[in-house]
Amino acid sequence: MVTAHSRTAARLMISPAVVLLLGWMIIPLSMTIYFSFLRYNLLSPGMEEWAGLTNYRYFLTDPAFFAALTNTLLLVGGVLLITVVGGTALAVLLDQPMWGQGIVRILVIAPFFVMPTVSALVWKNMFMNPVNGLFAHAFKAVGLQPFDFLSHAPLMSIILIVSWQWLPFATLILLTAMQSLDQEQQEAAEMDGAGVLSRFIYLTIPHLTRAITVVILIQTIFLLSVFAEILVTTNGGPGTASTNLTYLVYAQSLLQFDVGGGSAGGIVAVILANIVAIFLMRMIGKNLDT
Amino acid sequence: MARAISTRRKATFTLVAWAIGIAIFFPILWTFLTSFKTEAEAIASPPSFLGFAWTTENYSVVMERSNYSRHFWNSVVISVGSTVIGLLIAIPAAWSMAFVPGRRTKDVLLWMLSTKMLPPVGVLIPIYLIFRDTGLLDTRTGLVIVLTLINLPIIVWMLYTYFKEIPGEILEAARMDGASLYNEIIYVLTPMAVPGIASTLLLNVILAWNEAFWTLNLTAAKAAPLTAFIASYSSPEGLFYAKLSAASTMAIAPIIVLGWFSQKQLVRGLTFGAVK
Repeated sequence: MVTAHSRTAARLMISPAVVLLLGWMIIPLSMTIYFSFLRYNLLSPGMEEWAGLTNYRYFLTDPAFFAALTNTLLLVGGVLLITVVGGTALAVLLDQPMWGQGIVRILVIAPFFVMPTVSALVWKNMFMNPVNGLFAHAFKAVGLQPFDFLSHAPLMSIILIVSWQWLPFATLILLTAMQSLDQEQQEAAEMDGAGVLSRFIYLTIPHLTRAITVVILIQTIFLLSVFAEILVTTNGGPGTASTNLTYLVYAQSLLQFDVGGGSAGGIVAVILANIVAIFLMRMIGKNLDT
Repeated sequence: MARAISTRRKATFTLVAWAIGIAIFFPILWTFLTSFKTEAEAIASPPSFLGFAWTTENYSVVMERSNYSRHFWNSVVISVGSTVIGLLIAIPAAWSMAFVPGRRTKDVLLWMLSTKMLPPVGVLIPIYLIFRDTGLLDTRTGLVIVLTLINLPIIVWMLYTYFKEIPGEILEAARMDGASLYNEIIYVLTPMAVPGIASTLLLNVILAWNEAFWTLNLTAAKAAPLTAFIASYSSPEGLFYAKLSAASTMAIAPIIVLGWFSQKQLVRGLTFGAVK
């Protein structure tokens, strides 16, 4: 029972949100696009001039760009691998009968609520520090040489830290999906003689596919923009060993004040994120109809 | 037929799950424990787990030396402020989309979501320059504006999924009884929507509290919330483990507690209704 009156009211109610988001999207983004075609450095104000595609040419042929692109893919891929495999295993485990399930769940979820700067600094100093970190103590205790994680394997270390933050997210979502698994189907399969492994492969995994896809897509959106963890642990170094695309754009624009180059990089990042976003939007859109 | 579960099997699962749970939680526990040690004990080798002289000195030192309460207050103002403003904008929008859906409602919803997928570096420079020119850099107002906008799509979506679950017949009944649109909203819908709004509020305060791209890039000393304050420990104070731990514990404790209450909403809010 929708009247013309309530339709007008509905339009009015929705417009502030739409106008604000439209402004948030269009104004800064078109400025970024415009800047990306300028020679524009904050250190020499008033010297802006049209540069055509020069910024893109410099950015895309800069060796740092390839390093950053590779690092971004490794970071996203590595964290996804760890969190999806680990999250599935944990979800299956937490779905089993046990004592204190609620408490274990709380313990597993906790890292997700730790702010990125805290988790990065705690891992960097109290665990990975080659002199006083817990890992160094543990290595010494078994007679090994302490390993300097952040200097010798910076990207790997950051992957580890970020995975710790996102494992709870994957676990929680997959656990929610597990709980809608058809128990009777499982029992029927068991009676027909299906073993634990084949039940997992033919019943559990297909059931989780959708949730896993959602986890992968949503995490990818966030993981493409990992920033604070890199800033407080390695500053992108040594060299560009742990610089991702987000950090590279930040360094170019706010550390080197190269607005033009940074903007070109920002647009490249937007295009990459959009490729992922298209898939995610399709999935969510399909779900809206049901 | 319920499956008989042997006690032994249950005990094994319990043991494994607890071991993994504690291992995952350990860095938080370790931070908490270290915050009560002296600096010497914090780096002692071998490290002591519980058998140290507990002290609360680090907490008082952190409070005194740094402007801790100011940063804490900044975090509160920024996260709560942006969430409340976001809710004020989002409630009418989600409401109308849930109860008066039009042909293009679905497109609008998806479009709103797509703004969330814009990587922040894509708009970093313009926002930075606009803020510099309008004097919003390093102000709480500036951060409230940015965080309201980046979280608005999530707020709208969460509210929408909650409002969708309110049965439409109740509205029709109210209308039959002659309730005006205003009365309908205040007396019929609001009481039913309060739990959904509360959950949305909770999740968004958490997300805004932990946001660490804009808070790091748009603040300096004055408006820095806890995320940026803790980042300042990266060097050289980070080498003072006990103080770093005390500052960290204070920064994460309130939000971990809130987070535990919002587990269910977390799934809903962060998957945009795709997993329930």
